[in-house]
Amino acid sequence: MSTELDTNSSYAMEIRNLTKKFGNFTAVDNISFNVRKGEIFGFLGANGAGKTTAMKILCGLSRPTAGEGTVAGFDINNEQEKIKRHIGYMSQKFALYPDLTVRENIRLFGGIYGLADPEIKAKTNNMLQTLEMENVRDKLAGELPLGWKQKLSFSIALIHGPEIIFLDEPTGGVDPETRRRFWEMIYEASEKGITVFVTTHYMDEAEYCDRVSIMVDGRIEALDSPAALKTKYKATNMDAVFRTIARKAQREE
Amino acid sequence: MNAIEIEHISKNYKTVSAVKDISLSVKEGEIFGLIGPDGAGKTTLFRIMTTLMLADAGKGRICGFDIVKDYAQIRQIIGYMPGRFSLYQDLSVQENIDFFATMFGTTLQDNYETIREIYSQIEPFRKRKAGKLSGGMKQKLALCCALVHKPSVLFLDEPTTGVDAVSRKDFWNMLYRIKASGVTVFVSTPYMDEAGLCDRMALIRQGNIIDTGTPAEIVAKYPYALLAVKGTPMYPLLKELRKLDGVISCFSFGDSHHLAYDPAKTQKENILAAAVAAGFKDCTAWEIKPGIEDCFMQLSEQ
Amino acid sequence: MKEFFAFIKKEFLHIFRDKRTILIVMIMPIVQIILFGFAISTEVNNVRVAIVGDTTDPEVRKVIDRIDNNKYLTVTEILSNTNEISPKFQRNEADVAVCFSRNFDSELHSGGKASIRIIGDGSDPNTAQMITSYVSGAIQDEQDDITIDYAGEQKTSMSPVVQLMYNPAMKSSYNFVPGVMGLILMLICSMMTAISIVKEKETGTMELLLVSPVKPLWIIISKAMPYLVLSIANFVSILLLSHYVMEVPVNGSLFLLSGVALLFIIASLAIGLLISVIASNQRTALLISGMGLTMPTMIFSGIIFPCESMPEILQWVSHIIPAKWFIIMVKKIMIQGDGFVYIIKELSILAGMAAALLAISIKSFKTRLQ
Repeated sequence: MSTELDTNSSYAMEIRNLTKKFGNFTAVDNISFNVRKGEIFGFLGANGAGKTTAMKILCGLSRPTAGEGTVAGFDINNEQEKIKRHIGYMSQKFALYPDLTVRENIRLFGGIYGLADPEIKAKTNNMLQTLEMENVRDKLAGELPLGWKQKLSFSIALIHGPEIIFLDEPTGGVDPETRRRFWEMIYEASEKGITVFVTTHYMDEAEYCDRVSIMVDGRIEALDSPAALKTKYKATNMDAVFRTIARKAQREE
Repeated sequence: MNAIEIEHISKNYKTVSAVKDISLSVKEGEIFGLIGPDGAGKTTLFRIMTTLMLADAGKGRICGFDIVKDYAQIRQIIGYMPGRFSLYQDLSVQENIDFFATMFGTTLQDNYETIREIYSQIEPFRKRKAGKLSGGMKQKLALCCALVHKPSVLFLDEPTTGVDAVSRKDFWNMLYRIKASGVTVFVSTPYMDEAGLCDRMALIRQGNIIDTGTPAEIVAKYPYALLAVKGTPMYPLLKELRKLDGVISCFSFGDSHHLAYDPAKTQKENILAAAVAAGFKDCTAWEIKPGIEDCFMQLSEQ
Repeated sequence: MKEFFAFIKKEFLHIFRDKRTILIVMIMPIVQIILFGFAISTEVNNVRVAIVGDTTDPEVRKVIDRIDNNKYLTVTEILSNTNEISPKFQRNEADVAVCFSRNFDSELHSGGKASIRIIGDGSDPNTAQMITSYVSGAIQDEQDDITIDYAGEQKTSMSPVVQLMYNPAMKSSYNFVPGVMGLILMLICSMMTAISIVKEKETGTMELLLVSPVKPLWIIISKAMPYLVLSIANFVSILLLSHYVMEVPVNGSLFLLSGVALLFIIASLAIGLLISVIASNQRTALLISGMGLTMPTMIFSGIIFPCESMPEILQWVSHIIPAKWFIIMVKKIMIQGDGFVYIIKELSILAGMAAALLAISIKSFKTRLQ
């Protein structure tokens, strides 16, 4: 594997020897991986394996203790502001402002990412149309059904045309059909060339990814396509693969 | 006698109805699952049954005690673990258990045998503050606190939400051991894959029970024929399959698509041929038995 | 009973493990007393007086002696003309200047116009006002003597002589110690109790407590008990601080004072419980107790401005603030040294409030969630 960073490569993300320590505790322990452009990359791991810490660094919210890398072509050590402007982020915990209407939410996030007014207007109409949410445009976001909220926050995370979108457990607690409809939106985004970086606790969703990495105790223990992992671990599904690998965990959070 | 009886329970919050005319019964000594997504009314039903909330209509009994009139008796015999691992984060493992034991008029020593198996796993950390435990450990501590007074009925509200697959598996193994000691377990979960682990269950959606029974019973009621289909590329294949005649629904399930079809209108061969004709590579299809998740989705359609 | 003690032990663990709570409970009373005592002092004390005039003039001498003999005034400078006053003020070497007109003695005795000018430092208007009126009071005494000595009868127009009983120096500590006492007891009892209960609602542990066989009444009492203990500790520490540091006397019965404080603490605890019933999260509880209790207590207790000068409608509002009655009683007992009979009215009002609040809050504390 080359250790040189090539910003014009076919990779959306290149991470080398990334380490994050909190005092004596090594949350992320020397991880390296690449994410191809347009790929759906599953980032799995047990609770406390260091997923969240790693994700924060990749989103430009935290600085690594050691290691280097680029996200959307920007350096994770000193171009954090640029990274933030070129990625989208959505999590189940924080998505929309429940006390703003659908339209106000779109407007707000358009404004946050510095879009011009006419652009926001056009995007709003476009988005409401594709989501078939025109008749609820003036409803408070908090009053929408969970599935709609999810669709909306996903679209809003893409409003500024990011190259990469980070999804942090986007489907927790959602009913089975809404969950699958949501994944169909992810596929659509991926078909348009957007790189998707996603964490989940549903192992069937791991199967939908092009490649998955499984973190154990701060290290990446496995990284391959779901099919290859299943062959390697002689398992019929990703659930079994995950459990085999995650069982190796030694440390307590 | 049934451990839990629920008769026509309804509850509204202002204009939203959270639980609509629910009736259920849970037999003594079984693990009963209440399965449904967030916002389906699971927590509301739990709070009503644990005497924390009054229903607008309907009756309920726990081991023969009325949930309104005899709430004091019920509070002696149930164990409850609310949705968010409700513990005192600033107290240590030991202090938490001692406190809850005392609240129920018992001590850890008196009931050590009941919780020994679970407690032994967190005992090495007994001086640690509950807030500093990992998700799995918190879950175990919460379970110990709910079990410390030897309850007859254990209510677990979404004990596995946000917990990773390994810890979830461990947790279910603990539930089987609890069940073996004679405790009735009433558990709710949004994870459909946990449904098969229950003795009996109810599927809940938007405040309504859409089906109830053993996993086998529910699966047996599935009205359509079901195929698993694979092909490259997967997502365009999904869209293509939905367009076919006689296909009722098609959704991705892990590495294949589950396709429900009407056997009167089409056959496996037709579907496979159509996929190949549309230019998809490596197409395969095989008959499968539906899972709980298939049933839930089918029942939701109605 | 075992449950009860386990509960109280748990409550104390919460308090001692949270540095913020400790800070509020232990440090705040001391900080407040010191803050009000030294930083926001409005009292007349060690006032430095600069004199402008002919000090050889016997009548001027008399007035100067009068000023210098006053306990709270000290003549520090003798200046030759008024131009020197301003630099003195600027360098903070004098607080007030007294200027005598030329030929003061002869003018005075020949019935002419002998005038004294008092110049205050207006950059601090409140203090200046207080000092100038205090100095003019001192001079007025001298003038009265002069008038009587020489004319045999008082010719000047009637001018009222203000004398402050109990607090001759207008020491502000006399005013703020009872106020701060009311404020702190209110805060600790109401706010801390409310927050600690609401916190359990927020984290979901209240659900567990309610599902346990413990009676809700015991939950309430054991949640309130630690704050009762802390309040009593605070009451004692405020009393000690004010006595030894601020030199505020306890003229009345200490026993009566403690009884009144205990009653007020109970009323405040009841308010805290009520807030915890209404509020669903800690922020709301903080807001209600902050805006709804602390502010009115500050305003109506007379710490900042006197109740009597408020519009009538606000005075009516002030009647429903328990702290007001408490503060009145504390003032009566501590400063005026009044006995039980003088506070019967206030005491019965506060007792009534405490009983009503306690009844309502215990009644409204539900055995279930909402």
